[in-house]
Amino acid sequence: MLQEVLTLKKHRRAAVAFLAVNSWLFLSLALSPAFASPIPKGNVHAIPAFARKYGMPCSSCHEAWPKLSPFGQQFKDNGYQMGNERDAPIYQHPSYWPVTFRITPNWHRENTNRVAVDGATPGSTVEASITTHGFDWSGLDFHTAGTLAKNISFYVLPSSDNTGAFHFEAVWGRLDNLAGSPWLNIKFGKFELDNLHSEKRIVTLSSVGGSYQNYHFQPLVSPGSASAPGASTEALYTFGIGDNQVGVEWMGHSANDRTRISASLLTSNDGQPGLPTSRGYDGYFAASRAFEAGSLGLQRVGAFAYLGQAPTFPQFTQAGVAVPGTGIGNKSFYRAGGIGMWYIKKFDVTTMFFHGWDSAFLGSNTPGNTPLPAGAQAPTWNGGLVEPHYNLNPQLILIGRYELIRMSRQVFATNPGNFGDIDAATGGFRYYPFISSRAGFAFHTEYSIKRQRGAAPVSGRDLTSGSFFFGFDFAY
Amino acid sequence: MHSRKSIPWVLLAAALLALPFSASAQKAEGHVGKLTGRADAGKQLYYRYCWGCHGFRGDGNGENGPYLNILPRNFVAATFKCRSTPTGTLPTDDDLFNAITRGFYTTYMPSWTALTHQQRADLVAFIKTLSSRWKNEKAGEPIKVPAEPALTVDSVKHGKELFTKLECWKCHGQEGRGDGPSAATLTDSNDQPIRPYNFAAGTRFKCGETNQDLYKIFMTGLDGTPMPSFADVIKPEEAWDLVHYLRTLQVTHQSPELTLWKSTKEGSEIVKAATITGTPTGSGIKQ
Repeated sequence: MLQEVLTLKKHRRAAVAFLAVNSWLFLSLALSPAFASPIPKGNVHAIPAFARKYGMPCSSCHEAWPKLSPFGQQFKDNGYQMGNERDAPIYQHPSYWPVTFRITPNWHRENTNRVAVDGATPGSTVEASITTHGFDWSGLDFHTAGTLAKNISFYVLPSSDNTGAFHFEAVWGRLDNLAGSPWLNIKFGKFELDNLHSEKRIVTLSSVGGSYQNYHFQPLVSPGSASAPGASTEALYTFGIGDNQVGVEWMGHSANDRTRISASLLTSNDGQPGLPTSRGYDGYFAASRAFEAGSLGLQRVGAFAYLGQAPTFPQFTQAGVAVPGTGIGNKSFYRAGGIGMWYIKKFDVTTMFFHGWDSAFLGSNTPGNTPLPAGAQAPTWNGGLVEPHYNLNPQLILIGRYELIRMSRQVFATNPGNFGDIDAATGGFRYYPFISSRAGFAFHTEYSIKRQRGAAPVSGRDLTSGSFFFGFDFAY
Repeated sequence: MHSRKSIPWVLLAAALLALPFSASAQKAEGHVGKLTGRADAGKQLYYRYCWGCHGFRGDGNGENGPYLNILPRNFVAATFKCRSTPTGTLPTDDDLFNAITRGFYTTYMPSWTALTHQQRADLVAFIKTLSSRWKNEKAGEPIKVPAEPALTVDSVKHGKELFTKLECWKCHGQEGRGDGPSAATLTDSNDQPIRPYNFAAGTRFKCGETNQDLYKIFMTGLDGTPMPSFADVIKPEEAWDLVHYLRTLQVTHQSPELTLWKSTKEGSEIVKAATITGTPTGSGIKQ
């Protein structure tokens, strides 16, 4: 009897799960043309040029492109080389050029619940919920990457926004396997930090879900009010651990890539060209170790830390404007955390913990040559990320993500304790109608929502943004 | 009405009848050390990583096959180059596992160490479902590799004599550069042109990189290629002499054999003549 009940419950659970998943898929597909969402925010990486070079399907290097598989990670760490003396350009047909473009025409719907707008009374500001939707397209990524010779690799990524305005998202060369050792690789230029959970390979694309909240979070300084609308934000520096940075990176890994370690020396300007801020340098460190867990798959744990500084006032001005690159009065900040990538066969989940700290000067927008405002203190916060994936097969991945950020010390003790806290959730799927070694195509559907405490511009209430995105994401 | 009711039963019966056949394919196993590979798990891996070259059916005719100058392995034919077993026999599960782990030098078959040991064992199990040979034949018995004798100059010299006597040079060339008089005419079992191994350029062999691997290569042969087995032609101690000499042909690989050989007058002159030195500008190259 008990067995029958258990079996019945098991079947019922399976049926409910089956119905839930299929209803979700059906609704997503059916409704996506009517509800889809925003614009790929970052510059995401998936490079069919490599697939064409080696004749391997996307699914070899990507669990679901652009997300790397362990094999793809090893290939990347090895300087885009398989290591069988067939990596150098001399072994390719002379007409081969390692170029890939990627773009995503889409439909998206955006909603923000409290946006500052003009009130009925002249000069007044009120809040309104604003929703927009329509057909759109993403920016264009134009990847060129590969090997210049054995053990010399490169990556150049001109990338545009959706108006066609280009910038260089990545520009680097790398000396690989120096002295024949995988522990000695030197990268030089503008590159993505050695983030295991790569934002450049993010599998969500909407305006809310297209970046990791934890990777770009900077504390709010103080709440807005009716008389002074808008919560004030940190203004002396901009930094995102997900932003590509400029500098030099040493990276080493074991032959099978189970152990990885890297250290970078970076110019303190968040990857901006032309030395616009100061003469400071930052450091980034990352290490991880993978281990096998029977039939479950390869598990990986790691840690990272970014130690940075930012100028707080210019050494020189010209006509009252700061002379670029002469910022001084550097003040510190850091981000640190740990990551786990857990696999249970087709199911995997990435978990991350973050901790952040900013100098009180950066937190309160105070130049280093002036006293701190009364009550100003160094803000600190903690964050977390849980991102499960279910790879039903190489053609379909279901994606979820939940992020939270909790302030543990406000810039001003008088701020509400939860001021600036963030909760963000994303769900979606990508379906690849074909898997090939020549090109990639995905039906992408996603919904993301984010709430930040006390960030509404006038009322100081919670600010919530939602984004629904449907698109054809393709690369060739 | 009655016939309508019977339809589900017919379908059920058909499904039950089909079950043993599908189940047998999925239950195939591979055994590598303490690991038991499962074909059903390997199948999922194969259709993620391997089909692009090896094809949906495993016949080496993947969408990328036509563009490769060395055709991917045809698992349906089940003829394997790298084995520890005598020529003409099936390889052991360990052989397949090692091939997946190692990859194949100078081809587009990479090393799959990024996969876990269990995953590689699963792939072995699945690969064995792709050919009927595995159902009808057992893997060959691995050859015995006797302990390597001490490296001596005489051993190298004797190996050099064997290289000439066995006419290895006809394919591999006098300096082992893969440019012997027969090299241009060689084809594999797919009638595709195939080039003999160039010792001078390589540090690894197709089937491994140790002296034991090299020993196995010419004692088992590379099935499907013109490289035969010499197991019936030379004695084990002679095979080791040949190993020692072949190592000296790898002039870019600082092996103990090369070091010893260069310490002799004869060896020094030969290695010097075989070694290209200089810079990309041409300076230092003696005409």
